[in-house]
Amino acid sequence: MLSHLRPALVSMGLFTVLLGLAYPLAVTGVAQAAFPNQANGSLIRDADGKVVGSALIGQVFAKPEYFHGRPSAAGAGYDASASSGSNMGPLNETLIARLKTDAAALRAENPGVAIPADAVTTSGSGLDPDISPANARFQAPRVAGARGVPEKDVTALIDAQVQQPLLGFIGQPRVNVLALNRALDARYPPLASQKDG
Amino acid sequence: MTWQGWAEIALTLSLAVAIGWPLGVFLSRVWNGEKTFLDPVMRPVEGLFYKACGVDPSKSQSWHAYALALLAFNLIGFVFVYAVLRLQGVLPLNPQGFPGLSGHLAFNTAISFITNTNWQSYAGETTMSTLSQMLVLTVQNFVSAATGATVAAALARAFVANRGEGVGNFWADLVRTTLYLLLPLAFVVAVVLAALGLPQTLAAGVTAHTLEGAEQKISLYAVASQEAIKMLGINGGGIFNANSAHPFENPTPLTNLITAISINTLGWAAFFAFGRTVLAKKDVRALVIAAFVLLFAGAVGVYATETQAPPAQVAAQVDTSANMEGKEVRFGAPATAAWVAMTTGASNGSVNGKHSSLMPLGGGIAMFLMQLGEILPGGIGSGVAIMVVMALLSVFVAGLMVGRTPEYLGKKVEAREIQFSILAVVIIPLSMLGFSGIAAVLPEALKGLMHSGPHGLSEILYAYVSGTANNGSAFAGLTANAPWWNVTLGIAMAMGRFMPIVAVLAIAGSLVTKPKLAPTAGTLPTDGGLFIGLLIGVILILGGLQFFPAMALGPIVEHFQALDAVAALR
Repeated sequence: MLSHLRPALVSMGLFTVLLGLAYPLAVTGVAQAAFPNQANGSLIRDADGKVVGSALIGQVFAKPEYFHGRPSAAGAGYDASASSGSNMGPLNETLIARLKTDAAALRAENPGVAIPADAVTTSGSGLDPDISPANARFQAPRVAGARGVPEKDVTALIDAQVQQPLLGFIGQPRVNVLALNRALDARYPPLASQKDG
Repeated sequence: MTWQGWAEIALTLSLAVAIGWPLGVFLSRVWNGEKTFLDPVMRPVEGLFYKACGVDPSKSQSWHAYALALLAFNLIGFVFVYAVLRLQGVLPLNPQGFPGLSGHLAFNTAISFITNTNWQSYAGETTMSTLSQMLVLTVQNFVSAATGATVAAALARAFVANRGEGVGNFWADLVRTTLYLLLPLAFVVAVVLAALGLPQTLAAGVTAHTLEGAEQKISLYAVASQEAIKMLGINGGGIFNANSAHPFENPTPLTNLITAISINTLGWAAFFAFGRTVLAKKDVRALVIAAFVLLFAGAVGVYATETQAPPAQVAAQVDTSANMEGKEVRFGAPATAAWVAMTTGASNGSVNGKHSSLMPLGGGIAMFLMQLGEILPGGIGSGVAIMVVMALLSVFVAGLMVGRTPEYLGKKVEAREIQFSILAVVIIPLSMLGFSGIAAVLPEALKGLMHSGPHGLSEILYAYVSGTANNGSAFAGLTANAPWWNVTLGIAMAMGRFMPIVAVLAIAGSLVTKPKLAPTAGTLPTDGGLFIGLLIGVILILGGLQFFPAMALGPIVEHFQALDAVAALR
């Protein structure tokens, strides 16, 4: 055993330098040079250069004039420094009660329309940036009303934002909520800011 | 279930095998010391390793020496990881300002990463500094994978030898597997993943001001470099708590496809490398078919359970076409189902959705695939090694039936091989069921549970199954960062790793001295359908039957509760 300790110690030292420093730093160098936007978190900035979020990370939307993301179990909701799912089992009573309450609220908002599952379930990360196209269309009447624009214009905006599965079958159709809401703000400013402007 | 879902699952699983084949040919060349296209770059680095370590790579070691070298290397790795994690608070490159880890958490994490398990009792973005992620966790992602591969290399040489002595040189196998296969492949995959959106920065994060005017703190790391080897090395420990469900680890269906393939492809490569080295391609093809059939059945099973009506969605009267709790919209049921099977069939343990929120039988299948001993295709090399053990047991069972001394790949299988084969696989139920049994009645352990009833039992069982099988995924409702869980899971991981490794090396040491026999009319062919059926039978009986009572009290009873609940609501 003792005769093996020297090669163990020395090789661990060399591996640490090669794999723990040189490798990640080399990848960092390449990524920062070639893909600086992605390497720094795909950040989105407003006209003043202020960071408004990441294109890949969901954020809290609660106002009626915005499309809402899914419920989130990350921290107090979409905490991007504490990702987490609910971990609740399929028969968890808290889970069942939560879904019932959330679904009842949605049903009151848009009666008679089927509620998509992703509108009431939490994602694995708590940071899901997407909702299903059905979920977006479900929210279209509320958003259109709050912005004072015809529903079909909002629906057209959704359709333009839908990302289809790769080659038609890899992944699911989806809409990035932050991108959709930014497109909405650009095209149909909220009623409040129209008055301001 | 849709045709798109079926196509996605079939494509993902098959591509991993298809890509594993050429990589396996390459890995075999690396093990044999043959010429490769990387020689001009890597030969000098390789030589530097041997010179600094004072080892002669051409000196073939006895199985004792090989095993001792392996254990010494892992011991040093454990001490180093433990020390860095304890001292994290005073070490540099800690922009997050995180303190050192507690003793029991550092113990658990160090064993977890040297054993290729990557069970995480902590949440990455609230615990680990940038330095810890790079300097100890990334390094162990490489070398623990290479350690597993050395075992298959040694076993392959034992089958090739005709009255030989040594099983190869551990240091050469370790260094060559790392330098020629893992490092270059990880570099390429890391750059591709960075291009597709994974962050790669030394900064700790940014604060965003959201559209609704709130502040959102976004954690960042050097994600791409660690993600690549986390998947390729079949490790599975995420930078972030949410692992591969986190959009920074897995932002799109394309990154999901690439990383899912990476979970399995080097496991398959080790199968093919074993076959080429032993000159037994057809026999190894039979092993691959048996493993693939079981893995595919697992993925199909999870896809079926995740498109069942979930009780909560029935109760809330929302769409019930897929169980969406714990799943990401971009992946949905099929991509999550494929991942569940691939990550538990291999000893990866990364997750792209919450296993605890799977339907009862979906979580049950995840546990079942781990209970089979991580051979579908398992870790790099460690998977094919245990699969060969299963094959030895299969020819032994067949030999008993016809009354002949069994042979496998030209070597007589006798008492010593069977004793060590049993030793290699008996640790699995012993640790999984033993620890679960104790934890189920211990108040100290039960404090960590999120659920009571069958799902609570599943949380316990899943933890010890995952730890012993060196998988690392979890029913994460369990709060495992407590002395009882950290210490016992650490012991389970170490036993589940090193006992089978030493047993397999002992088998190699026994086989290597035997003459290589030519097949005769009385030899059971081990490359045909009959053998595949026999092998699947042995795997299912060894893995399935002994766990059935425990599974009946966990996922199976919960399944009937779920059916009942849905029926009552409708």
